[in-house]
Amino acid sequence: MKPFTIACPTGHLAFTPLEKASFLEGCRQRPDAIVADAGSCDIGPRPLGADRHVSLEAHQRHDLEIMLLEARRLGVPMIVGSASDTGTDRGVDQFVRLIAEIAAEHRLAPFKLVAIHSEQKVADLLARLARGARIVGLDGRPDADAETLRRTDRVVAVMNAEPIRRALREGAEVVIAGRASDCALFAAPLLEAGFSPAIAYYTGKLMECASFCCEPFMGKETILGTVEGESVTVRAMHPEQRCTPASLASHAMYERTDPFREQVAGGWIDMSGCRYEQVDAKATRASGAVFHATAQLAVKLEGAGRVGERRLAIVGVRDPQTIARIDQAIAWARGKVAERFGPEGRAYRLFHHLFGRNAVMKELDPNPPAAPHELGVVVEAVHPEAKIAEEIAALAARNLFYARLPGTKGTAGAAALMSDEILVGEPGYEWTLNHVIEVEDMMELVRIHHRVIDGRGGEGR
Amino acid sequence: MLKLRELASTIRSKNAGVDHLTFDVIFRDRAAFERVKASAALSPEAICALYRIPRERLTHHCAFEPAQAIKFTIRRLAPSGSPGETDVFGAQQYAPLFEVEVP
Repeated sequence: MKPFTIACPTGHLAFTPLEKASFLEGCRQRPDAIVADAGSCDIGPRPLGADRHVSLEAHQRHDLEIMLLEARRLGVPMIVGSASDTGTDRGVDQFVRLIAEIAAEHRLAPFKLVAIHSEQKVADLLARLARGARIVGLDGRPDADAETLRRTDRVVAVMNAEPIRRALREGAEVVIAGRASDCALFAAPLLEAGFSPAIAYYTGKLMECASFCCEPFMGKETILGTVEGESVTVRAMHPEQRCTPASLASHAMYERTDPFREQVAGGWIDMSGCRYEQVDAKATRASGAVFHATAQLAVKLEGAGRVGERRLAIVGVRDPQTIARIDQAIAWARGKVAERFGPEGRAYRLFHHLFGRNAVMKELDPNPPAAPHELGVVVEAVHPEAKIAEEIAALAARNLFYARLPGTKGTAGAAALMSDEILVGEPGYEWTLNHVIEVEDMMELVRIHHRVIDGRGGEGR
Repeated sequence: MLKLRELASTIRSKNAGVDHLTFDVIFRDRAAFERVKASAALSPEAICALYRIPRERLTHHCAFEPAQAIKFTIRRLAPSGSPGETDVFGAQQYAPLFEVEVP
């Protein structure tokens, strides 16, 4: 089998723009495919729940343009997954539109684009549940019931390599995929080239964040991965970066609970026996992964639902006596809110984030200072109705000013209001689904659409 | 006694999925890695005491030889980005590890 080389220019397409010079250097070495992932659940539940992208369209166009022009010049497949941050249908359709616009702008010769949608309708999942399907909780979550689904606004299924493989078999020159396992984007062309699932998925795991697996630390620089037999050699393209056994192994455990195991729909990679060897100054070879297929196909579902409208207020405290008794002052303010709206809980959520004490780490902070010089209090209120969220935030912030603390010397106001405004936040969302659903075939959860994109005029199927 | 920040080359935290925070302590120097492993400085019990969490919130703990690293994972009380969130990426939860004393 011939070696197969993949170029990866970015670990999250367009979150910030990719660096062009190292990408062009990578493409001079004639890779067999260009692959990047464009989304993540790291950015919190709001982009998925609200179905909005957080990457700027100008940056998305920038990255897609650079990748598309090189892919078409080389005549190799370009594979982008988790389109537009969320991998929802909106994201896939937006990327398809951008690809067509870029093709027209550069008058590119016709090429075949395959779009793969993996968004799921809540109603369809409710119907599956009613028919007896199990939606199994991950990471200690209980199984999802109808109530969990009704709290969910958007759901995406996380595809494995199979739909992308089918797209490639059907002649795709550009694949725009919805939500996908990062490693599946890389695995698909490798599996099609005849490599084993073990090295295919493992290569994806190592390469998915581009230059993050190299040193020194740099984002958005291109790496090349060349697969031969059961090993992959990862090479840094930036002149100042190196891929070393230490940097590659460190990346293998990044952002995951278990460094020895990578789960995908249909199986898992055992990385406990992996070996890393330096090849030359800029490249490291990795091998030793084992793939275990699972009997039951279980596909991950990610879902987010709206909790309510969010309002914020910012308050400062400098009086050392107030700082020493800030918990009492907050209890007073929360009491005033409770007088009007009852106790905090299902009806509304209210937080006083104490920057200067333990806002960042909350209960995990081992030793928050007892007497910080000043405190920044960010009040956050969430309620289904905007007007009430605003009122809760106002009461919870302004009652710090009026807090009744026995013996206080500052009787003209117990807190500094940065201004008397209540800030309008984006609505609050939460991750409602971090689950898997058992299905017979991955294809049940995806829809594949073919298009010919002709930058010189006509467009059709 | 040395502090962990004097022995480790990388000390970081990050989300692992939406329900967990994972911590990586990576050593460039083999001797430093062996020294920390041999001590109880980053044992599961020491980590639970440092972060003041019950043992069941520490869901994973291991030494990862290929990277000369000690890695552990803590379950979040609420999923990342829920109302009340102040560290969406979980990227600033490692600070207390700096001052851990290693015999």
